[in-house]
Amino acid sequence: MELYQELTKDVRFEEGLKSCMNCGVCTAICPAAEFYDYDPRLIAGIVQSKDEKRIEELLKSDTIWYCGECMSCKTRCPRGNTPGLIIMALRSLSQELGYFAESEKGRQQLAIKRVIGENIVNKGYCVLPESLVPELHPEQGPVGEWIYENKEEVFARVGANYNGEGEGALRKIPQESIDEIKKIFEVTGGYERFEKIEHFSKLKAKEMGYSENGDNYSEYINHIFTTNNGKHNRQ
Amino acid sequence: MKLEGKKQVWKDYQKEIADDHYFYVRSCIRQNFFPGSEQTFLKILRTELNKDIYENPHHTTCSGIGYHSDVVPFETIQTVVARQFALMTEAGYKNLAVSCITSFGIYNEIIETWKEFPAELEKIRGFLKKATGREFEIPENVAHASDIVYKFREDILQKAKYKLVNKNTGQPLKIVEHIGCHYSKMFPSKGVGGAEFPHVLVGMIESWGGEVIDYPERRHCCGFGFRQYLVMSNRGYSVSNSRKKFESMEPYKPDAILCNCPGCPMFLDRWQYVIEEMEGKTYGQNGQGIPVLTYEEMAGLVLGYNPWDMGMQMHQTNVEPLLDKMGIDYNPELKYADKAGKIIGTPAMIGCGCE
Repeated sequence: MELYQELTKDVRFEEGLKSCMNCGVCTAICPAAEFYDYDPRLIAGIVQSKDEKRIEELLKSDTIWYCGECMSCKTRCPRGNTPGLIIMALRSLSQELGYFAESEKGRQQLAIKRVIGENIVNKGYCVLPESLVPELHPEQGPVGEWIYENKEEVFARVGANYNGEGEGALRKIPQESIDEIKKIFEVTGGYERFEKIEHFSKLKAKEMGYSENGDNYSEYINHIFTTNNGKHNRQ
Repeated sequence: MKLEGKKQVWKDYQKEIADDHYFYVRSCIRQNFFPGSEQTFLKILRTELNKDIYENPHHTTCSGIGYHSDVVPFETIQTVVARQFALMTEAGYKNLAVSCITSFGIYNEIIETWKEFPAELEKIRGFLKKATGREFEIPENVAHASDIVYKFREDILQKAKYKLVNKNTGQPLKIVEHIGCHYSKMFPSKGVGGAEFPHVLVGMIESWGGEVIDYPERRHCCGFGFRQYLVMSNRGYSVSNSRKKFESMEPYKPDAILCNCPGCPMFLDRWQYVIEEMEGKTYGQNGQGIPVLTYEEMAGLVLGYNPWDMGMQMHQTNVEPLLDKMGIDYNPELKYADKAGKIIGTPAMIGCGCE
C-alpha cells in the first residue's frame, strides 16, 4: 500500500495540503507546538515529500496525536493549507492500519472510543453527566462533585429534562433515533473504525502483557488513560 | 452597485443571520455544564423576542467530539449531520440555530465540503437514505446561537434591567471576550467579524454598557484540544493553554470573561480552580477568581433573570463578584437549593477565593 496515495483519497487531505512553503506561521500560532515537542510545519513538509518511510514513521509516532484540532493554523497559513486537516487524515489512516497502537499517545484512542464512541451510539450524546466521575475528573472540583452526586435535583432546578421524554437539555434520546444512529455507523464505516481500534488495541495489550481478565482489558484502559512518560513536552 | 474602499474591505466581515423561524440543535457540552444557558436562550427568543424556535426531540449529538478526537470517520459524521438536516427539512425549517461551536464548525465544514466536492454530497445522500430512508435539504442559513443574540442585542437592551456597569463607580465593567476557535478560525466568512475581528461578543458587551478588554493572548485557544482534555494524562496541555490566557489578561483586571463556545467557559472556569489548587494563584481581584460567563447568562443577567434559575451555581469559580458589581438582586441562601427551595447540599467550595 502506498501511504501517500491512501492519504490523497481523504478529501480533508486534499483540502488541507495545497503547497507548503515551510514558512512556519502555523507553528508560531499552534497551541500544541508551544506545549508539546511538536511542529506542524514539519508535518506538512514530511507528507509533501511523499517519502513513504517518513510517512510510515509519522503514522506510528506520538507526533500526530499532539494536535488539539483547534484549527488556528487554518486562519494564518498564507498558502491556504491546514495542517490540522492533514493531521486528521493521518490519524484516520493510522487507525485504519493499526499503527496508532505503536505510540503512547496513539494507544489512547481505545479509551476515547470506549467513552465518547460508545456514548454516541448507545445514548445519542458525546458526553453524559454519568461519565463525569469525580475520580476521573478532579478538575471539575467540589462543584462538579456536587453536581455529579445530585444530578437529578440540580438539573431539574435549572430547567433541564434529564433523562426525560420529549424536548429539553439532557433529555433521553428516543430509541428509534438511537437505532438510526447505529444504522448510520453501520453503513458509513463508523463501526468498522471502532472494531479496528478494538482489534489493534487488544493485540497491543497482549503484547504488553495485559490480559482480558473478564473485564474487557480494563487494566489496559486504565494504563493508557493515565500514563504519561514525561517525554512529550518541549524542553 | 460597486462597493469601494472600506465598504468593500468590511463586506467580508459581515454575516447574514436569519431573523426568525429557527430549528434549534443542542450542544452535548453546553447541556452538561450549562443546561440553564440553553433554557435561557430559548426563553429570551420565545418570550422576550417572540421568535419561533423549534426543537425536535429526535435530534442527537452531531458526534463532533468523537470526530475531533478521531474515533468517528468523516463519512459517519457527515451522515449524522445529514440526518439533523433531514429532521429540519421534514419540520419545514430552513434556518439552523446551533448551540455548540464545535457543531457550528462542523456544519460549516460539511456544507463547504459538499460545495467543493459534490460527489461527497451524493455519497452522503445515499448513506442517509440507506440507513434511515430520510432525505434532506441543506439549510439556507446557519447561525450560531450567539449570532442570534448578537443580532437582537439592541432589543435586549430595550428590556434591560441591569447594565454592564459597576454600580459603585458608574464605570463600565471590563470584560474579556473569548471566541471559540471553531466559530470563525476555519471559515472566517461564517462568523460576525471573521477570524481577525470577531464582533459577536464585542457587540453584546458594548451594547449592554461594558468595555471590551484587549490583551495579547485574546485569540489563543482555551486549550480544550479534544483528546488533550478527554484523556487524563493529556490534561496538562489544556490547563497550560488556559493559564497562558489568564496570565496575559490578569494585568488588565477584567471583571468577567465572556464566551460563546460551550467548552471554553467550562475550561476557563474549572482551570482557575485547578491553578489555585496547584499554585495558590488566583487571577481576579481580592484573591478571587474571574467569573466566566456564557453569553446566554450575560444576556439573562441584563434582562434581570435569577442567576440560580440560569444555573450559575454550577460554576466552580464564584460569579458573585460580578453580580455584586452589577448590583443584581439575588438570594445567596438559595444558591444550592432545588426547585422547591430546599437546600440540596453545599459543595466544599475551596477554590478561587470561594468561601
